[in-house]
Amino acid sequence: MHKSRIGALAAISALAITLSACGGANTGSTPAPGGSAAPATSDEKITLTVATFNEFGYEELVKEYTTLNPNVIVEHKKAATADEARDNLNTRLAAGSGLADIEAIEVDWVPEMMQYADKFVDLKDDAVKGRWLDWKEAAATTPDGKLMGYGTDIGPEAICYRADMFEAAGLPSDRAEVAKLLDGGWDKYFTVGKDFVAKSDAAWFDAADGVFQGMINQIETPFENADGTPIPLGENTEIKKVYDQVITAAVTDDLSADLAQWSTDWSTAFQNDGFATMLCPGWMLGVIEGNAEGVEGWDIADVFPGGGGNWGGSYLTVPTQGAHPEEAKKLAAWLTAPEQQLKAFASKGTFPSQKEALASPELLKSTNAFFNDAPTGQILTNRANAVSVTPFKGPNYFAIRALTSDAINRADVDKTDDPEASWAKAVAAYGDLGLS
Amino acid sequence: MSSTTARQRLSRLDVRLSPYLYISPFFILFAVVGLYPLLYTAFVSVHDWHLIGGQGDFVGLKNYVDVLGQQRFGRALGNTFSIFLLSSVPQVIAAIAIAALLDANLRAKTFWRMGVLLPYVVAPVAVSLIFSKLFADQSGLVNTLLATIGIDPIGFHSDRLASHLAIATMVNFRWTGYNTLIFLAAMQAVPRDLYEAAIVDGASRWRQFWSVTVPMLRATIIFVVITSTIGGLQIFDEPRMYDTLGLGGSDRQWMTMTMYLYELGWGAQKSFGRAAAVAWILFGIIIVIGMVNFLLTQRIASGDAPRRVRKGARA
Repeated sequence: MHKSRIGALAAISALAITLSACGGANTGSTPAPGGSAAPATSDEKITLTVATFNEFGYEELVKEYTTLNPNVIVEHKKAATADEARDNLNTRLAAGSGLADIEAIEVDWVPEMMQYADKFVDLKDDAVKGRWLDWKEAAATTPDGKLMGYGTDIGPEAICYRADMFEAAGLPSDRAEVAKLLDGGWDKYFTVGKDFVAKSDAAWFDAADGVFQGMINQIETPFENADGTPIPLGENTEIKKVYDQVITAAVTDDLSADLAQWSTDWSTAFQNDGFATMLCPGWMLGVIEGNAEGVEGWDIADVFPGGGGNWGGSYLTVPTQGAHPEEAKKLAAWLTAPEQQLKAFASKGTFPSQKEALASPELLKSTNAFFNDAPTGQILTNRANAVSVTPFKGPNYFAIRALTSDAINRADVDKTDDPEASWAKAVAAYGDLGLS
Repeated sequence: MSSTTARQRLSRLDVRLSPYLYISPFFILFAVVGLYPLLYTAFVSVHDWHLIGGQGDFVGLKNYVDVLGQQRFGRALGNTFSIFLLSSVPQVIAAIAIAALLDANLRAKTFWRMGVLLPYVVAPVAVSLIFSKLFADQSGLVNTLLATIGIDPIGFHSDRLASHLAIATMVNFRWTGYNTLIFLAAMQAVPRDLYEAAIVDGASRWRQFWSVTVPMLRATIIFVVITSTIGGLQIFDEPRMYDTLGLGGSDRQWMTMTMYLYELGWGAQKSFGRAAAVAWILFGIIIVIGMVNFLLTQRIASGDAPRRVRKGARA
């Protein structure tokens, strides 16, 4: 009798624990959904949540907003990676609840989200008309003219490098000379890299997958045809060529630090002098500064292999499931106003997508102390002007891009497969997606 | 007279029905939060069902055929079993051993007993975060320690078996103490006169453990083995948090069945239909393995125990 009672007790407590564990997984829900569906009156306090990822530079801004609007408390939730934020967004969009009042989304997810445009508030408003670069605004506008999100930043890419490691390897370290040294195509970038690794213990770049991203951002139609139909990966010779080039540089020539971006080892390598260069879109400056805290020698050169390139950049959206869509829209408009974006840029290097901010002398004059007082405003503006290709990214971009990312990491980081076998696996996985 | 019979009848009814009434809240709750989702999942699994788009056409068993044909299905199944065996087997053995030690006459008993439960209190996500740093390939503490004794760094995030070992370590860290306490509770319920009788018969401690303790623990061993089977085959938190991407590695070295399910439903394919199919396949596998476990444990644990003792264990 005793024993079965203990067993039953244990079973019940196990059940209780599982149940409570399930409850615990639901952290960070919006405050009292539905409970305060009525529009906030002037003296009623409301809480708005803003969900971002990586570094948006909003830490000070959300406080400032509460100072300006004492009735609005802004909670800022930061996801460590964009993928994590995207998973969260998809899950809660499907569940119909649990999203923040303002959700940041990356430009690459926009085509996918556009399929569910009715789940987002139409943010079109005459007050913000013409605020952004035309292509930035166009990318978030649905075919029937709905504006999905307010643009925050864009990601014009430059090369960030370690001046001290360049110097130790006998390369020029001044940022103007480095720009001249690396001027040219990707071949040039890899050739200089071979020269560098021959004279240094460190790797030339951090991750093959990061370089791959930089390269496909210069291709008009990387994974999908302009009409939105996917290009079967096995027949995508252009991507295969880029893959081969990156893998040759990373594995055969050993230029890569064999890291997967955003992994623990990657973050640590910033502290251990693991690599000398990396592709840096504006928003990456804050990431580098965070990971390389205390490390001296980072600098940024006004150059990018193969011309210009844009990597990422985000939007703020207002999901319809929130309790205060009007208030959220106001906050999103405020956060993405040129003045605020300039502050975010000063804080974390997120380069503005707003026309007025781009023309502001404040931006052009701004420097970044961590990057050896480099004139980051001027450099990134130059890099933005050098962007000549806006790649087409359709609803399946993300799915196919993830397969190539796995393929590269298998060959570069994990070394579980040789490059050809790894590519074959990606092609097989493409078949599993069941597209077309 | 007749009123007495009525009351007697009522009382008999009370005796018969009341237990079911008392236990019914659980089953009602289970029907709502357990059975209904279970059946609904079966319904989803025979449809085209998009994560956000919702219900599509009826497709019969196509989702099942699709996932069974995918390379990653086999990979996930293999990984799940490998992690399950690497964690559950040592865990149950260690838990019985530690429980036997704690059952002995120790000073500060409560301290030791609560001590083994401590890791259980730590949230699994926190455990994973810490362990994934310890097991980092290039910068992890474990590889640094191995280097000091001249062993080459192990690719805990690239080698398949090594990643399973690392994840099994997290699982064992968390669950061994919990199972120990369950075993300990059962051990303390073993009537002491059985041990006295065994001592009189001249049995060594080792013999006592095998011939008295283990057979008396049979019901508990079955319980622990079945719960850890269910838990082990559904493992998700630890492998998901094992790296920052949470996909199970570039070659899906440590992607388990539940992570595969998640990838199908919430990842690139966004197919709830396929995810639901995997959920049902997993359900079937767990039932089969649970049965096998049940039969095995029954056989092992009743080994050479005297009949009288077995009866006692059942009571």
